[in-house]
Amino acid sequence: MSGYSRTATPGAELTRWPDARGRFAEFGGRFVPETLMGPVEELEDAYREVRQDAEFQAELKRLLKHFAGRPTPLYHARRLSERMGGSQIFLKREDLLHTGAHKINNCLGQGLLAKRMGKARVIAETGAGQHGVATATVAALLGLECCIYMGEEDMARQAPNVFRMRLLGARVIPVHSGSKTLKDAINEGMRDWVTNVANTHYLMGSVLGPHPYPMMVRDFQRVIGQEARQQAQETFGRLPDYLFACVGGGSNSIGLFYDFLEDRQVRMVGVEAGGRSLHLGDHAARFAGGKPGVLHGTYTYVLQDPDGLIATTHSVSAGLDYPAVGPEHAALYRAGRVEYTHVSDAEALEAARELSRTEGIIPALESAHAVAEALHRAPTLGREVIAVVNLSGRGDKDLGIYQSSGIL
Amino acid sequence: MAEKPFGIENTGSRFSSRISARFAELGRQEKKGLVVYLMAGDPSLEATGIILQEVVRAGADFIELGVPFSDPLADGPVIQRAAERALRAGATLRKVLTLLPSWRDGVQAPVILFTYYNPILQYGIEAFARDARQAGADGVLAVDLTPEEADVYLRALREQRLDAIFLGSPTSSDERLRLAASASSGFLYVVSRTGVTGEREELAQTLAPLVRRARQVTSLPLAVGFGISNPQQVQVVQRLADAAVVGSAVVHAVEERYPSGGAGEIGNFVRWLKQNPGSEAA
Repeated sequence: MSGYSRTATPGAELTRWPDARGRFAEFGGRFVPETLMGPVEELEDAYREVRQDAEFQAELKRLLKHFAGRPTPLYHARRLSERMGGSQIFLKREDLLHTGAHKINNCLGQGLLAKRMGKARVIAETGAGQHGVATATVAALLGLECCIYMGEEDMARQAPNVFRMRLLGARVIPVHSGSKTLKDAINEGMRDWVTNVANTHYLMGSVLGPHPYPMMVRDFQRVIGQEARQQAQETFGRLPDYLFACVGGGSNSIGLFYDFLEDRQVRMVGVEAGGRSLHLGDHAARFAGGKPGVLHGTYTYVLQDPDGLIATTHSVSAGLDYPAVGPEHAALYRAGRVEYTHVSDAEALEAARELSRTEGIIPALESAHAVAEALHRAPTLGREVIAVVNLSGRGDKDLGIYQSSGIL
Repeated sequence: MAEKPFGIENTGSRFSSRISARFAELGRQEKKGLVVYLMAGDPSLEATGIILQEVVRAGADFIELGVPFSDPLADGPVIQRAAERALRAGATLRKVLTLLPSWRDGVQAPVILFTYYNPILQYGIEAFARDARQAGADGVLAVDLTPEEADVYLRALREQRLDAIFLGSPTSSDERLRLAASASSGFLYVVSRTGVTGEREELAQTLAPLVRRARQVTSLPLAVGFGISNPQQVQVVQRLADAAVVGSAVVHAVEERYPSGGAGEIGNFVRWLKQNPGSEAA
């Protein structure tokens, strides 16, 4: 049923990554221009310091609770479970957080870190605008100057988020190069960073980029799985059987999965964007069509052509529309610990409709991919099976797409 | 030098390459070098050979030949546009290595391939080194590869007697400069300022101290690049270092002047760069 049983789970090894060079098994590392090597080393040192710093952790905890709204509920979707006639579906409600998605967890952590490092300015890339909004929000909260790079195509697709960022005081800089989407926004963000390293922190939004970003962003998102684990123990007295999460860069999924990695009985499914078809250029399913390579500072699975040029991608969901995946996911894929699959644009849209109608919850298009896979499997699983789906974001930003998609 | 992480003595001449030979020759003549960057395939595959030959006739001592990449995050807008034109013209790494022998036919000036790591990785590092050598390349610079991640790459390049060139930047500690120098042969590429490639009005104040720091950690020749776009800047850099690299300014000239004026215009531009400041031209 799942790819997870094909190799013995290495267990504890999985939570000891990355090694000193920032490698998750063979994946990860640092592939950046020399000018950025000093700054990423400085960032790693600063991060290792605050990781142990009780005062920093207490401040982060306070903001996560009182500003962002943690803990988020683990909600039993009874009607939906009933309708599917199989497993019990529980939703981890990251969509209820301030700014509407899990992105705020990481932004609060990195924002506090930027302040600690004495950086007066933060920059970030954004695709759907969720990470941009969360970054702009935290910058406003902490009094930091903020610049957000966004592909001009995405700016058109996600106009309300552009306005939100501007209202929050951020500068939104349109990116006209390349495919004018997330990948190009990251290129432009890196160019800014390499120019302004002295006073600027690059607030990377996912578990991508050079070490220490994949580790650091994972750590800031771990709270999702830590809460879910505790909530599961309290609610059903045992761990869930299945975890489902969508995988763009992979921050919400690694955040949910991480604290369960050593629990061999918990099966995990990462859901990539299957787009229109599995032809190169029509999707963002890196484990279906990619191979290992280097993009944006890390060695991981990348959608690319035989000459090593990065492919363009497509997904109805801007947050999943990216040619590379976090290196830790690449390692978990290789180890066989997490199963990766993909869901098409149409299936995600249908799942969004289903969840809206059955539970009164309009999901983000990204999260709708995870919902779709959980719904797909539910009827094949017993009624005693507990499946947790990470509802990583809410659907407000996607109303325009829902409206024009014809799902009504 | 306190440490040699790669266990190899760096004299700059260990491969007796064309690069070291050219620096030695310049030294004997008490001259400094000019490195000219061209984007392979810009504006067409045929044009590259013609422009390369013309630029060398005009006095370029070294050619840095850019191999276009889809996501050139270390490059400014001028080289980004050139990469897009070159990719449209079909300039993949494989194509460049196939055509390089004809492009550089009869040219003694060393050719350094300048690219990003992923195309090399996908080509196969050993196969790339072998084919680059056979095509007549003298050195390779992969802008997003630092010595820490370069073990296999360095072994492959050395096996083929190709110079590996790494960057030193204003943000590099002395320790990092030493690391870059100890992994490099031929020369060390000093980045004049933080930021991407592109023309600038003024050279950074931090350049002179950076060059001094680099001199203290290595006896390799130093080539300074990023932002150098006119004869005045070339001369300032040549006073400090062993060679000046001009990239975006030349690529800009190709973009604006080649379509109407042909390769001769690019040659004229290189001659202008080599002129003593004060004289009017271009």
